[in-house]
Amino acid sequence: MREIDRRAVDARDKKAKIGSDIDLDSYTVESPVHEQVGDLNMLPEGDKELLISAGVDTSEKERSGTYIQKDSSAIFSFSHDDGLEIIPIKEALEKFDWVKDYYWKLISVDADKYTARTHLDLHDGYVIRALPGSKISFPAQTCLYLEKEGFNQNVHNIIIAEEGSELHIISGCASAAHVTQGLHAGISEFYVKKGAKLSFTMIHHWAEEIMVRPRSAAVVEEGGLFLSNYVCMKPVKSLQTSPAVYLNGKGAVARLYSLLVGSPGSELDVGGRVYLKGEDTRAEIISRTITNGGNIIARGDLVGEMPGVKGHLECHGLILNGGFSRAIPELTGKVNGVELSHEAAVGKIAQEEILYLMSRGLTEDGATATIVRGFLSVDVPGLPSQLKAEIDRAVEISQKEMM
Amino acid sequence: MLVIEDLKVKLGDKEILRHIDLEIKPGETHILFGPNGSGKTSLLMTIMGYPQYEVVAGKIFFKGKDITNMTIDGRARLGIGMSYQRPPSIQGLKTRQMIQICANNGVDVNSLAEEVNFSDFLDRDINVGFSGGEIKRSELLQLMAQNPDFLLFDEPESGVDVENIALIGKTINHLLQRDLHSTYAKSKKQIVNERNKMGLIITHTGFILDYLTADKGQVLYEGVLACVGNPIEIFKQIKEAGYEECVRCVK
Repeated sequence: MREIDRRAVDARDKKAKIGSDIDLDSYTVESPVHEQVGDLNMLPEGDKELLISAGVDTSEKERSGTYIQKDSSAIFSFSHDDGLEIIPIKEALEKFDWVKDYYWKLISVDADKYTARTHLDLHDGYVIRALPGSKISFPAQTCLYLEKEGFNQNVHNIIIAEEGSELHIISGCASAAHVTQGLHAGISEFYVKKGAKLSFTMIHHWAEEIMVRPRSAAVVEEGGLFLSNYVCMKPVKSLQTSPAVYLNGKGAVARLYSLLVGSPGSELDVGGRVYLKGEDTRAEIISRTITNGGNIIARGDLVGEMPGVKGHLECHGLILNGGFSRAIPELTGKVNGVELSHEAAVGKIAQEEILYLMSRGLTEDGATATIVRGFLSVDVPGLPSQLKAEIDRAVEISQKEMM
Repeated sequence: MLVIEDLKVKLGDKEILRHIDLEIKPGETHILFGPNGSGKTSLLMTIMGYPQYEVVAGKIFFKGKDITNMTIDGRARLGIGMSYQRPPSIQGLKTRQMIQICANNGVDVNSLAEEVNFSDFLDRDINVGFSGGEIKRSELLQLMAQNPDFLLFDEPESGVDVENIALIGKTINHLLQRDLHSTYAKSKKQIVNERNKMGLIITHTGFILDYLTADKGQVLYEGVLACVGNPIEIFKQIKEAGYEECVRCVK
């Protein structure tokens, strides 16, 4: 048995450090094989609607490529850009030797039972790579969705922005309308090479009883930029994730943004940890959470390991209609000369702001909605307009549901 | 027309305004003088309808309607607007969006902003990190978009640098229709008679008197309107004798 397999077997029941524990044996890892489609428009209407709500442009007009996975089957995987490769990971592991240099290199296979089982029962996932120097003009899109009731989907994704490339990805994760129980465990390893720029916008679209355990990590080389937008505004039973970013190269930059809404019955524990290891590295972690009857924990951790690095952390939580909101900002300086700061606030909408807007003619509800919209609108420099529009759309829909 | 009758107002347990009678006719602008803590801002906030200012007696009428218990937004829609001294900042709400909210429908935000030299601030979050003078210009820009019939100004000059003070004065003058000139068709007198904008302006420095001719001055002292008169004359007396002189009138 290979060593990696052995470690996975040993960790198959290892509880995660944080997040409520899930009995994995109450889900099935078997699913029917879904056929590949040649055109997204050939998908059943229900599936198409689901994809659209998860941010997928089914016409692919302004997309450089698409990867769609239904349960365990990669049903659509195409690149429309010469500088972009999109390959289902099982196929990639078989065909290309270089993939193993990226497989389980940033995340330990035995970190917890979710990583272990994703290795043992892998249900595909994708490898997306921007070739050296390629500026991919349109975003690439991916969607992994649950169709089978009670399915535990284990996926592994590898995203590589080669030297000097630029790539934007929008990823939707979703469950079909009829699915009540399900678990999504996803490994994502991001590699941002020298001078490359990678943005990853994730929009979750789950349902009341779905459990979600993504495990992500990124490494950024000299002069690289990693930008992550993490949006979860729909109900979900439990979502726990805490991506790690390693800024290894000189001048590497990471910016992590999350927008979360905690609906009744939902439990979100979303963090982000950035290790500032290289000279002149910079990091920013910003989270905006709205507790609308659910529970939210927003974590952030900046670890300065080199003199002169700079980082800022912002956790702002709004309790709108009851619930539980906790902000846990952490700063760790390991050497002289690091500059790390944070700002955290948990509270309600200031009455003064509502009255101010009312004195400009808005009703009380209109004023509240305006403040909430503003709270959730975070400027993300460098994000393509199509992706900003998708985030705005998610905010808009969520807001209608909240108000 | 604004009519306030024998108004008594409490903030928390404290009585802050007593026996206020005030009448502002269409087209009139009044200046409100008074030392710090005399209740000037409270009077403006009460007229605007801030709920923490509790009217315990008396009435406020505007355009013939009893607005004593009307909500803030109701008053705004009826035509009352206010320029605040220290408005709250709102994260994520762009100044541009705020101007649209004030206008209630399509407005050319860019050209409006140019008038108060505020174009560079339109894509910034409203009031976030604005200096005192920037806040004042932002407030005026909002009122320009809102175009209310009755304008309340809370110390529009405070924190404004010398360079912008004339701009502020000119803009207020314009908002209150005080800068209209005679035309071929209409004489100055006709224009003045047709003027309907009303204003109530709090000033500490009296600067506004350099830019517009106010109709009346009011002195608020310890929660009571102590005297009504020619604003320039009142201001002159305050400069000479201070507010101590007002004590006599209050008694």
